[in-house]
Amino acid sequence: MLQGGSHPLIDRHRASALAQLKAEGLPSRKVERYKYTDVRAMLEPDFGLNFSRLPLRFDPRSLYRCKVPGLGSTLHYVVGDMVEHKTGGQQDGSFFVGSMTEFAKRSPELFSTYYNKVGGDSLAALNTMLVQDGLVIWIGKGHKADNLIQVVNLSVGSVPMMANRRQLIIMEEGAEASILCCNHSSTAQPHLATEVVEAFLGEGSHLQYYQIEDSAEASSLLGTANFVQQGASRLDYASVTLSGGTSRRTVNVSLEGVGADLVMSGLVIADGSQHTDNNLLVTHCAPGCHSDMLYKYILDGSSTGAFAGKVMVRPGAQQTDSQQTNANLCVSPQAHMYTQPMLEIYADDVKCNHGSTVGQMYEAALFYMAQRGIGPDEGRLLLQQAFAWDVVLRIGLLPLRQRLMSMVEERFRRGTSLCGDCAMCQTPNS
Amino acid sequence: MPQSQDNALVRDIANRDYEYGFTTDIETEVIPRGLNEDVVRLISQKKGEPQWLLDFRLQAFRHWLTMQQPTWGHVDLPPIDYQAISYYADPRGRKRQGNSGEIDPELQKTFDKLGIPLNERLALSGVAVDAVMDSVSVKTTFREKLAEKGIIFCSISEAVKTHPDLVRQYLGTVVPYRDNFFAALNSAVFSDGSFVYIPRGVRCPMELSTYFRINAINTGQFERTLIVCDDGGYVSYLEGCTAPMRDENQLHAAIVEIVVCQDAEVKYSTVQNWYPGDRQGKGGVYNLVTKRGLLRGDRSKLSWTQVETGSAITWKYPSCVLKGDGSSAEFYSVAVTNNHQQADTGTKMVHLGRNTRSTIVSKGISAGRSQNSYRGLVRVAPQAEGSRNYSSCDSLLLGNACGAHTFPYIDVNNDSSVVEHEATTSKISEDQLLYCNQRGIPPEEAVALIVNGYAKDVLNKLPMEFAVEAQKLLSVSLEGSVG
Repeated sequence: MLQGGSHPLIDRHRASALAQLKAEGLPSRKVERYKYTDVRAMLEPDFGLNFSRLPLRFDPRSLYRCKVPGLGSTLHYVVGDMVEHKTGGQQDGSFFVGSMTEFAKRSPELFSTYYNKVGGDSLAALNTMLVQDGLVIWIGKGHKADNLIQVVNLSVGSVPMMANRRQLIIMEEGAEASILCCNHSSTAQPHLATEVVEAFLGEGSHLQYYQIEDSAEASSLLGTANFVQQGASRLDYASVTLSGGTSRRTVNVSLEGVGADLVMSGLVIADGSQHTDNNLLVTHCAPGCHSDMLYKYILDGSSTGAFAGKVMVRPGAQQTDSQQTNANLCVSPQAHMYTQPMLEIYADDVKCNHGSTVGQMYEAALFYMAQRGIGPDEGRLLLQQAFAWDVVLRIGLLPLRQRLMSMVEERFRRGTSLCGDCAMCQTPNS
Repeated sequence: MPQSQDNALVRDIANRDYEYGFTTDIETEVIPRGLNEDVVRLISQKKGEPQWLLDFRLQAFRHWLTMQQPTWGHVDLPPIDYQAISYYADPRGRKRQGNSGEIDPELQKTFDKLGIPLNERLALSGVAVDAVMDSVSVKTTFREKLAEKGIIFCSISEAVKTHPDLVRQYLGTVVPYRDNFFAALNSAVFSDGSFVYIPRGVRCPMELSTYFRINAINTGQFERTLIVCDDGGYVSYLEGCTAPMRDENQLHAAIVEIVVCQDAEVKYSTVQNWYPGDRQGKGGVYNLVTKRGLLRGDRSKLSWTQVETGSAITWKYPSCVLKGDGSSAEFYSVAVTNNHQQADTGTKMVHLGRNTRSTIVSKGISAGRSQNSYRGLVRVAPQAEGSRNYSSCDSLLLGNACGAHTFPYIDVNNDSSVVEHEATTSKISEDQLLYCNQRGIPPEEAVALIVNGYAKDVLNKLPMEFAVEAQKLLSVSLEGSVG
């Protein structure tokens, strides 16, 4: 059944993925990297899978059209795990954005070279086993993509569904692109998305990759992203969680070429019973690489935040320069934060540091504002915004940064980050 | 530093010798190798223990049989054949019967050579010593003087006989036998160790010290130390240890339990210098220890200070459970690894009481082909309102074949506590070296100066008697290259 609806080059990885899944099993909380997230509980509901590959009965553009003002972007829709056909197959000789099936037909060799090259743990194997289609973004040698590539992942439907999303990003030498992925759900039904992103950054390429999670509390996400960077490439990665149910993101970055540069940022704003777990592994394999990580959490209600960030410096990766900061605000007595910043270093000529804090808002600053007529509620809100903006300010695209600032403010003021423009925002979680 | 000097430094560090590696030729009674219930009963019988303690041992042993040796540490611990070890070795053996109170001259000589004063003529040293070789306590000094203040300082075997109620009240309350694999093993077969009781309101007039020495071949050491500091008491306790150089690995699986009552203060300092193995990584002691303090009373204080230079494998986390409101704990550590040594060490600070405070300062120095890891947990319970922790973990790398790792865990469960952690890893600063060289300080002395300065924060926390030894040990570790 699984092999009926997708390309044979996708199908041929299923058997080995199933074997891996059988051998390793799904991770339990006894596995160190999954200590804070109960993956098995996330998979417990009886989810439906879209094997029949029926065409979409609606136009997702009518439902969701959150374009970032001032930023020319091309929108690409993925509904559940269906890549909308209208989006698919943008291609000239220098770039392609479209469905995996389409790309595998057009460039089978290129697809085979990169698809499932990095692999991952049993959760990535689960996705490889079940995935039907996904999105490929290929940027040719030296090509600079002018427009922002905006990928909209939508979860809709009146029954519990599981979507297995996949992205394959290939940046050839000297290529440049900016990608924004918006995850949005409009259903009170439990929806689970497994997601695997594989990105290969060639020599001297530059990728800006941003994710915004703005989903309903019933939704859950099991994401794995693997980025492989060649020499002198640069990756700007940011993940902003404005709302969501239970999410677990594993991000692995491998700096394999000399002088590769990585900037990673993360912002989590959570309340209610939301659970957000970011697990990062940055591996410095080559000399002279730089990595800079900043993750911030603001936890309200009885939400839970987990952060694990490991920097590994392999033997020979001399002149490594790495910084990692994880700062967290618990603004409710029931909020829980678990953090694990880690260093594993096998080379001596390195400069690595990390810092982690869990605390509250600065009372003196609140007092200062109170003296100037800003009440405690407004004062807290301003401080929270300022705390969050440290992350937003690291986003390279100015219009997107401004948009995010307003969404963050909206999130703090009204508990929602909806734009109000489109149908989905006007009837959230219906 | 120029490459050639850098290499010379690393080579010299790797070439240092272990000066406590001699053996003592003394008649020792060793029970046959192997571990089963009969061995547990035999140990208990040899020590003349009451039934309740035998039951405790047997319970622990039965639980140990259900457990697996843990593998989560960042150490490559080879499988240990627990049936190939002898669990009881008594160096006094047959000589003891005819000559009670006096110790064998060979033993006296051994401890003299180690610089441990067993003779009270050295009263000026101001340290009372409990000397433990293999499975038995050889001698405890200054007992009478301490007894005048009501302080009990003796071997735990003796305390079981003379103060059974106290031992029974506290034994296993801080580290229960179910705690972990090595704690269960120790609880089943523990041999000797020290027992300290500081009565209410008494400030111990001198440093108390226990010196552990493994001598017999193919034995393990499983000592157990229990320190109870009653309300308003104070004690500073020192622990030292060495072992002979042998090609076989030796197992050391100890438990240290500390109970700190209201307004009491305990300072626990360790200079760990077990045999680390040779330059190829052959031999050495596996130091797999559970150390924990329970800050039971309000405003109680506990400070762990450790200098770790020995052992082939060190796997330990001296911990504090801050239960009393307003209690405070400190952990200061310098861990030096060289050649093929592996260390996975750090601390746990579990905040249960309100307004509790903890500080962690850890300095790791890696050389040769060694692996040095800091692993720490700071947990703030929901009821531990207003708690505060600060952790700082620095690692220094001397050589490109070694590793330095940091694995902190921070769990915060309320909105009124503040936890801060920071860590850095680097090699010795070129700028600092250049600065020293410009002022006529040769490279090796400059490195020595910088390393000593780097560890100073921790060394300063040691009692004077130990600080001298620790500094000596550190300079021996870096001898030839850094002064």
